[in-house]
Amino acid sequence: MSDVAAPVSFGKLYGEPVIELPHDLYIPPDALEVILEAFEGPLDLLLYLIRKENLDILDIPMAPLTRQYLEYVEIMRTKNLELAAEYLVMAAMLMSIKSRLLLPRPPSADPTEEDPRAELVRRLLQYEQMKKAAQALDELPQVGRDVIAISVWIERTVAERLPDVNAQDLAEAWRGLLHRARMSKHHRISREELSVREHMSGILRALRERRVLEFGELFEPERGVAVLVVTFLALLELARELLIEITQSECFAPIYVKLGHAQS
Amino acid sequence: MHSPEEAKRILEAALLASPEPLQVLELKRLFDQELNVETLRKLLDELRGEWSGRAVELVNLASGWRFQTRAEFQPYVDRLMPEKAPRYSRAVMETLAIIAYRQPVTRGDIEDIRGVTVSTQIVQALENRGWIDVVGHRETPGRPALYATTRQFLDDLGLRSLQELPPLEEIAKTLEFEPEVRTEPEEVRTGTSG
Repeated sequence: MSDVAAPVSFGKLYGEPVIELPHDLYIPPDALEVILEAFEGPLDLLLYLIRKENLDILDIPMAPLTRQYLEYVEIMRTKNLELAAEYLVMAAMLMSIKSRLLLPRPPSADPTEEDPRAELVRRLLQYEQMKKAAQALDELPQVGRDVIAISVWIERTVAERLPDVNAQDLAEAWRGLLHRARMSKHHRISREELSVREHMSGILRALRERRVLEFGELFEPERGVAVLVVTFLALLELARELLIEITQSECFAPIYVKLGHAQS
Repeated sequence: MHSPEEAKRILEAALLASPEPLQVLELKRLFDQELNVETLRKLLDELRGEWSGRAVELVNLASGWRFQTRAEFQPYVDRLMPEKAPRYSRAVMETLAIIAYRQPVTRGDIEDIRGVTVSTQIVQALENRGWIDVVGHRETPGRPALYATTRQFLDDLGLRSLQELPPLEEIAKTLEFEPEVRTEPEEVRTGTSG
């Protein structure tokens, strides 16, 4: 084995072997445009510059960083990329920090005064932390993208599956209530003064307290058929005015009543 | 009275048939008071073990237990899908990360961290997905909405709680950097002037 290893070439350029990799890979102007568009804002661009140049984020050399940042912003401007105002705000902030660092500090200066870069560094680190967290989150398997929730087909012979409540279900529920009302008919002593609107408010009030009620819970069969009819009418009126929502997940499942979107 | 083997098969059937995750308390209703929560958990753990090595796995999520395909087979399953689920953009994921780790937060909080305006579409995309919702309003001018992640977010990412989120990278060291850094520029300056 020879001590002097032949220089390893990375490839050939115009027939000449390329021994050394370029310090910074050449980026064709069109590709640069794509890269610039990929930045999520001035903090992202600054982080890129800092990490690319291997700068110490806790001791940022402001002059070269500001210069590079302004170069990129200038390219963005000349390429007519939509330049968000935040980029310019950041440029102003960088120059302000730079100038504050250059100013001599009076000996009487408060020694506890913060390094002018501290706030920027805090924001950069905070952003970088969240940027990495976002990448980590994106790597978690996602339902619909990386995994599928399993549900096997079940043969349902009971009835045709219906997506939502229909008139028949309401009628069924209604008949059941009537039946119960009939059984307690003899409790009724006198006819009550009835108002659909009053019952509408009553239902809304009950729903405000409990948010979701089962259909049957809204009725008081003990109070007789007339009250049931009015309560039912009130429900229909509320549903028509979109103040409540009546839902049923499947056939014969309980029917639920809740406040409509306009109310909540 | 069911034997443990029978009970496991019943659990298996219920979980396979359910499109949503099932909680232990819901699963308890499959049996007439005969199994306690402790036993159910043990049976579920065993069932999970039985399915290891299959293309489908039993997982424990924020909303309960669910069968799902293993992620490693998704590239194959995708070939049969008319369209692939798109990846969220970096802007969406960063917004989601900030809400997940810093919740409850306002849009302003998110903008402070990202350094750019958060577009309405981003927030809407996450709301429509059912991953975030408004949990209240901050009592400052404008009463900005406070966003938090939902249980569905945890379910969809296979997590049982926010504690299972990937840990954040430590940045505490930055809190102590100031005194050290402060002196350096000054020394340089006195050196060059003198």
